[in-house]
Amino acid sequence: MKRTLFLLPILLLFSGRILAQSDLSDSSEALIPVQLGEVIVVSKALINHQRQAKPLSTLEEYLEKSSKINLVRRGNYAWEPMINNMSTERISVTIDGMHIFGACTDKMDPITSYVDVSNLSEVEISSGQQGASNGPTIGGSVDLIRTLHSFCDLGWSGSVDVGFESNAKLNTYGANLKYVHSKVFVDVDFMYRNASDYKAGKNIKVPFSQFTKYNISSTIGVKLNEKNTLVGSFIFDNANDIGYPALPMDVSNARAIIASLQHSAERINNIITQWDTKIYYNNIVHEMDDTKRPVVPIHMDMPGWSSTLGAYSKMKIAKNKHDIGINITGYYNKSKAEMTMYPADKEEKSMFMYTWPDVRTVYSGIHFKDKISWKNIHTLSFSVSTGLHYNKVASEVGLNSLRIFYPEMKASKIRFIPSLQADYTFRKKAFTWTTGLGYGERAPSVSEGYGFYLFNSFDRYDYVGNPFLKNEKSIELHTDISYKQKKITLNLATTYFHIYDYIIGAPILALIPMTIGASGVREYKALKAADISNTEFSIEYRPHRYFKTKAALTYSYGKDYKRENLPLIRPFSFRWNAIFNIKSFSTEVSVEGASKQKDFSEKFGEDLTPAYAIVNFSAGYVFLIKKNYQINVRAGIENIANTYYSTFSDWNNIPRKGRNFYVNVSFGFDQLRKKANR
Amino acid sequence: MKKIFFVALAIFSLQFISCKKENTIIANDIEGLLKVQEISNDTNTLEIYTKSGKFIVGHNEVFMRVKSIASGAFATDVTADWMPMMHMMMHSHSCPKTAITKVAGKTALYKGDIFFQMAGNTSEKWTLKLNYQTGGLPFVVEDTIDVPNSTRKTIAVVTGSDSKKYVLALMSPENPIIGINDIKVGLFKMESMTSFPSVANYTIEIDPRMPSMGNHGSPNNVNLTYSPTDSLYHGKLSMSMTGYWKINMILKNEAAEELKGEAVTVDNESSTLFFEIEF
Repeated sequence: MKRTLFLLPILLLFSGRILAQSDLSDSSEALIPVQLGEVIVVSKALINHQRQAKPLSTLEEYLEKSSKINLVRRGNYAWEPMINNMSTERISVTIDGMHIFGACTDKMDPITSYVDVSNLSEVEISSGQQGASNGPTIGGSVDLIRTLHSFCDLGWSGSVDVGFESNAKLNTYGANLKYVHSKVFVDVDFMYRNASDYKAGKNIKVPFSQFTKYNISSTIGVKLNEKNTLVGSFIFDNANDIGYPALPMDVSNARAIIASLQHSAERINNIITQWDTKIYYNNIVHEMDDTKRPVVPIHMDMPGWSSTLGAYSKMKIAKNKHDIGINITGYYNKSKAEMTMYPADKEEKSMFMYTWPDVRTVYSGIHFKDKISWKNIHTLSFSVSTGLHYNKVASEVGLNSLRIFYPEMKASKIRFIPSLQADYTFRKKAFTWTTGLGYGERAPSVSEGYGFYLFNSFDRYDYVGNPFLKNEKSIELHTDISYKQKKITLNLATTYFHIYDYIIGAPILALIPMTIGASGVREYKALKAADISNTEFSIEYRPHRYFKTKAALTYSYGKDYKRENLPLIRPFSFRWNAIFNIKSFSTEVSVEGASKQKDFSEKFGEDLTPAYAIVNFSAGYVFLIKKNYQINVRAGIENIANTYYSTFSDWNNIPRKGRNFYVNVSFGFDQLRKKANR
Repeated sequence: MKKIFFVALAIFSLQFISCKKENTIIANDIEGLLKVQEISNDTNTLEIYTKSGKFIVGHNEVFMRVKSIASGAFATDVTADWMPMMHMMMHSHSCPKTAITKVAGKTALYKGDIFFQMAGNTSEKWTLKLNYQTGGLPFVVEDTIDVPNSTRKTIAVVTGSDSKKYVLALMSPENPIIGINDIKVGLFKMESMTSFPSVANYTIEIDPRMPSMGNHGSPNNVNLTYSPTDSLYHGKLSMSMTGYWKINMILKNEAAEELKGEAVTVDNESSTLFFEIEF
């Protein structure tokens, strides 16, 4: 992973400069050392060394391409990422290392929904404790990397993007303008997406699946001197009228402001190669809305607010055989959500409660990592981190509410969160073998610790948080074996987590639900233990420089200590693709599918999800006009057979998109292309 | 000269302060209270106060002071008892009440509780009669009072399975919160039209529900038990949100026999014995 980071500036430099190579030799994957982590290149950029089947895909669609990630879908917007079958509470999702927390009690706004592909260059995925550098995690981490520029005289460049899709009448418009100079760069981009209700397979319309969103972002960089740079970054993301067909409520508005200022120093001396210090702030407002639904038992408003102020300082040290990374990080988060219900009898007063009682979280931690390599064969890497996690319920009303369940509860709680990880890699010729183990803990999330009657429409229970939960603890073991030759790459990766005090809802029979029609009340409790495991096998074959094909199989396992199935565990699934690239033309066929989900959790509202397979096709061509201008046209068909299907992670079995025709057109100009190509 | 000036100033300010103090004490007596009405005879005007400035059907914490018409001073040596009466078409009856006592820490303020179990109207009115002594002399005042109907039920008159008539009145929480509230209820037996003694050692089981929320209920309530200290029933009332709550009750005697009220079940949405709270 570290190596990728070092190569990143070079990659970025190339990605913006050089017309796609007509062969596949510099595919970014080749630069990633075989590891459990993965980097997804997110780029709608016109000229991109790795061509995307659909460059104007949503970020979620990019994430979905990774076999490491699964997405929980509640509609056509804001899909919730999972790594190793673990979702938001158990993974760390950051933007450039910045912590940011959704403001929705029902997980309708994972933070990936507050950025767009135009803001990012790539996504770094790490499994288990390898992802602990930005903060505690159990399952792994997703770090969304902002687009950065190097300081060199490249002048003006920009692009205009237009995308149309037949299904959901999705329109996408984007624009980007940047100026890159040896002392300064400015990058401004804009993205707008608008979709109406989509159609599932067999042309069945899915009502309340519309959305509209726009995203404006900017980065400004100043080179202070040879070694020091300052980069300011700003994102404003605003989505309106978002339908959540799998849920009883929609969202009228979800918006985020994400701002940061970073100082970077490079090659400070012979030892310190990089030192980045960042301060950041983000603010999210999320407003749920049920006024468009024809029938609701009771109308309600459910707004939520989350803001985070944080800072980190990361240092990279290289000395002799050591490759050291130190990250000191801290943040302060405020999370508040309320619910106001309006009785049918207008004479009655409205009903109010805090669903998140203005919970303040302070976290500060230090992460130390060292990688030692010797003889070009052996690599030992290990990391240690410790963190202090402090929670306080700031609302007295909210505290009194929770004391209904926990009369002895105190307003605040402090936790200590350690993490340890060690990996050994043996590399010889085409063969690489990595084995590692890790230990990590996490604090309960705001919902798990302090949620108040949060309705889960999947199992139809109201959930009540538990401030007395212990830290969840995980012991993990992973092995990765790969064999890579010029034409063929084989990889087998397996990860196993044994999780103690696994936090999950347990029904409390004596409690009466709040939500009309709910089956009961669940309180977050710690299960003695649970086991989650993932195994992935992939094979890539490149018989010719114009052609490559890859197949991947994934098997997951998730059971509690009583051998009962955990919810949201992926069934046996597969994907295959074949890419043919020649000069400016490229085409791709892909197939993805899963076996039926036999090991579902009935307790948590799951049922048997049937097997499925869908076929996608895309083709594209890049036109060069006068060397300074380019037009990239890509068109494709998704779900060619118009199959009606849903996957294990589709909330309440909401069906996925049916057949979809799309066209993405990007027009770009580049002031200095002539020079660059010379 | 200077000295004299300072002494004069000191005396003056002292006087000023003490003056102010006295006034403040009298004014403090009725701080936070609103006048409901005045009832007068030839000698005195009785000022009647409550926190809301009116009487309600249910529990009323009634404050009173006795003003001399001649001097305008408030009596500080009052002993009094009272008799509220409802004059209905066919008969008259009183309601539960407590004795009148001087309010601790106040100069000339007296208080007691009256539990009106029904509202007055144009043809059926409440009167309040007060017998009191001040300066060693007995006096009487009486007047009609206005007890308008309340939207929410905080008092219940029931006939128990023992064929006796009971009055239950909700006294607190006065300002309900989301969370666990102290609940206080007065329980009285109607022995005659004018006698409503409090009842000891019964139990009042509570089950708060929200009819507008599919009969949602809040956990960790504590049933009310009798406290000999104040002859009232105390328990814990849990409410998970603001809005309209129906406090379903079951009244049990000292032998734990059910006298009135039914358990709330899927088929039985409400007890016949209940209070209403809206906040």
